[in-house]
Amino acid sequence: MSFDLEYFNLGYLDTLSYKNTFVHRLDPRIKILVSFTFIFFVVSFPKYELSGLMPFFIYPVFLLTAGDIPLRAIAKKVLFISPFAIFVGIFNPLFDTDVLITIFGIPVSGGWISFISIIVKFILTVSTALLLIAVTSFPGICEALERLKLPGIFVVQLLFLYRYLFVLLEETLKILRAREAKSFGKKGKEVKTFIRIISVLLLRSVDRAERIYRAMLSRGFRGEIRVLKTHRLRLQDVFFAAFSVIIFYIFRNFNLVSFIGENLKSSFR
Amino acid sequence: MSHHIVELKDVRFCYPDGTEALKGVSFKIFHGESVGITGANGAGKTTLLLTLNGHLLPTAGEISIGDIPLTKKMRQEIRKKVGFVFQNPDDQLFMPTVYEDVAFGPINLGLTPEKVDERVRNALEMVGCIHLMPRPPHRLSEGQKRAVAIASVMAMNPDILVMDEPASNLDPKSRRQLINLLKSFRHSKIIASHDLDMILDVCERCLIIKDGKVVADGPSEEILSNEKLLEENNLELPLSRNHSRLYLRS
Repeated sequence: MSFDLEYFNLGYLDTLSYKNTFVHRLDPRIKILVSFTFIFFVVSFPKYELSGLMPFFIYPVFLLTAGDIPLRAIAKKVLFISPFAIFVGIFNPLFDTDVLITIFGIPVSGGWISFISIIVKFILTVSTALLLIAVTSFPGICEALERLKLPGIFVVQLLFLYRYLFVLLEETLKILRAREAKSFGKKGKEVKTFIRIISVLLLRSVDRAERIYRAMLSRGFRGEIRVLKTHRLRLQDVFFAAFSVIIFYIFRNFNLVSFIGENLKSSFR
Repeated sequence: MSHHIVELKDVRFCYPDGTEALKGVSFKIFHGESVGITGANGAGKTTLLLTLNGHLLPTAGEISIGDIPLTKKMRQEIRKKVGFVFQNPDDQLFMPTVYEDVAFGPINLGLTPEKVDERVRNALEMVGCIHLMPRPPHRLSEGQKRAVAIASVMAMNPDILVMDEPASNLDPKSRRQLINLLKSFRHSKIIASHDLDMILDVCERCLIIKDGKVVADGPSEEILSNEKLLEENNLELPLSRNHSRLYLRS
């Protein structure tokens, strides 16, 4: 059953984040800040830009290789959400028909270029966000957000989301298996039973919330959860941040691809 | 050690839907005593435990822990003394990593970070789970979860341990380890369970609850070998007391 597989799949990204490599050891705050700067630089390119975006692939590729993350895991997830980006850009080629360049005699309209530019930006930003999760444990991200002064209530929501996502999924899994065991063929799989299952899940979650709240109270909870500060900013974190931001800045302001291209052209002449 | 630490006087509790779960429960528990509470499903065991640290306030009667009477105002103080291990460790372990979960209580007690760290390490050492420190709870086995749940309570240095079915869902080896762990604690313990062999092993005293009332209270040896009493309460002789009959049957 596909739900089982999805469940284990979700856990997979989480398992990856418990590896111990250079990028995993970096301070989560630095990783969040650098990744956000990266996304900011990438989306700041004008809509017809393609060549200038290419050097930026170095950052996700760096995270992927240095973090020892299998490409398939990330590629599959990017592909999975790609329809959103495709729908955003799909009408550009229809509206924007001015020919911008010709490649081997084929005229290419501005619409196609901006469409591909959207897709490239999408791949860059989404894979970076996914990799950020894959190379930083979720608690680490929560700690970082808290220390970057995100309001506590959001951090606590995220913490609980992470903790109980797996519990809730397991519960769903059990209910679905029980239904599978008692329904034969199409019978028992109608929308009607599905609605009931959702309502049962909701009621169970409310019950569970009550029990968790009791457990919190009995350990002295008074409306505030303090996140432990385990990471300390080290020199290599600062270097990593400074180095990446400088690189991004260079990539943004100097078009390396056309620079290399021009040089190659002149050397072949 | 004659000073009592838990005292219940005619405690009654009625759920909002009208179900009367406790119909006048009275007993005293002394310092360092281990008490097993057993009874049929729905007899009121869990309700009784939940009143012990004020999650449910009795509709009538009095509870006092140490010298503190249990009231709405004093609940916070009482919760520092009573460590509560819930039946389902997934409810108990709500923080994203084992370390943070065990640290939750000590942090709320207002200890300094160094003290918190010391408490966490001691508690995890005690239950033999120090190596699990950075792990998220959803990646632990049931036995490990149970041990960490106990550590998270022990880190607050409670005077009394209250446990609801601590040995359920454990494999025999984990169960045995848990029993040995419980026996090593010098705290007063109140353990609700259907695992009568465990009660026999860990607790010198046993209460049987039926329909919200205490129907038997005495030494575990005596109560848990009273076959008639046990059968009236949907219970059976513990296996370790049942050898002769097993032989006869076969």
